[in-house]
Amino acid sequence: MKNFIGFVRNNYPFFIFLILQIVSLLNLSSYSKSHEVFLGGITNQLAGNINKYYNNWTYFFSLKETNAKLVEENVALRNQLRQNFIPIDSSIKEGNFVLRKDSLEKIRKFYYYPAKVVGNSFTLQKNYILIERGANQGVKKDMAAISTDGSIVGVVVEVYPNYSKIMSLLHRNSKVSAMLKRDRVAGSIEWDGVDPNVLLLKNISKSAAPKVGDTVLTSPYSSNFPSQLMIGNVISVFKDPSSNFLTLSVKATTNFFNLEYIYLIENKRMEEQSKLEKSTMNNE
Amino acid sequence: MNSIVKNSIRFVLFLVIQIVILNEIPPLHQFITPYVYFAFILWLPFGTNRITLTLLGFFLGYCLDIFTNTPGLHAAAASLIGFIRPTLFNLIIAREYAEEENKEPSISTIGVGRYFVYVLILTFVHHFYLVLLEWLQFGNFTYFIGKVLATSLMSISLLFLMELILNRRNQKR
Repeated sequence: MKNFIGFVRNNYPFFIFLILQIVSLLNLSSYSKSHEVFLGGITNQLAGNINKYYNNWTYFFSLKETNAKLVEENVALRNQLRQNFIPIDSSIKEGNFVLRKDSLEKIRKFYYYPAKVVGNSFTLQKNYILIERGANQGVKKDMAAISTDGSIVGVVVEVYPNYSKIMSLLHRNSKVSAMLKRDRVAGSIEWDGVDPNVLLLKNISKSAAPKVGDTVLTSPYSSNFPSQLMIGNVISVFKDPSSNFLTLSVKATTNFFNLEYIYLIENKRMEEQSKLEKSTMNNE
Repeated sequence: MNSIVKNSIRFVLFLVIQIVILNEIPPLHQFITPYVYFAFILWLPFGTNRITLTLLGFFLGYCLDIFTNTPGLHAAAASLIGFIRPTLFNLIIAREYAEEENKEPSISTIGVGRYFVYVLILTFVHHFYLVLLEWLQFGNFTYFIGKVLATSLMSISLLFLMELILNRRNQKR
């Protein structure tokens, strides 16, 4: 500061000259339209640049809020997806031509909720994910969880009023119905507890011809997952001669290591479906 | 005659000449307006310091601006030449003149050659800056520099004409 004052004092004619120039330019611009436009252009550009930098900083500090807003927006958009709805049954007709109901009306089957991940493990044999959303916010047992890029993460196993526990796909007991996209052959996705990047797709019929790189999706047989959600890509095929089924190792698309937000999916008809699944077993 | 009184009269006279005559005469060409008012700055004594020169230039230019309805245009140009005049002296004129504080730069005090260079540079700078501020762009550069050079040439001719008429040799004393 002292140096600066000394500098100004030593060069004060120059500073007075500068001030005079600025005064005359300002004066000129207030009288002449073209000078006003010119000077206004320069000052606007300067102010614009400063605003831009300032905005960058505020943008950085508001990233958290922005993130939360985006998650909400994404959920709202996901809730509007066509595959969440099932069309009404139009096969029953009153007369020859007249439908009893409006066939454009649709019945909602899946509903999405956002949830913030507060705990996550991926190094154990039985991995769980904790989320900050519970029964008070509409979470139920057996709801499906997907990551923000749309690949599946796991299934809700325990629900508390404000928190819930998700059994990650990286769990020895996890089992999700899956299919190969190529020929729609269904199997089940499990994990052998070895590599957190590699899942196993078991019980694929040997009649299927899976190739390395094939896409694995959730199957329509699953009661909690909507069908055709991304799971991963086939990286190798084991042919066990003693079995009728193939075992494929699948590279998971989900990045289990940096989950921040996940979406929970509620199947409005799940209770009915799972009850039915159990009752068939009881009949045997 | 006292230097302050003399320069005050000169100040008014230069302004009157510039406003009443030179700004009103039918232009020789569509762009050429000769300027002599800034010779007031050129003719101030050697001892005038930089800050005084700058402020006087600004004041002189501003007075002219009030009449030409372009406030700030000539003030900027005239304060510029007031500001660079001492630097120019250090460059082209030997040190010994700086001690003769009351003498004024003229043909008889510093010689024709150096006086001509002195007037030429300051006139050119003045006109260059003036036209630049007036147009706010170089535009067609040959056009721009053509206007600057033509106006400078006219102004310098007028200045030397004045020099001949006034015959400021009595300054030598």
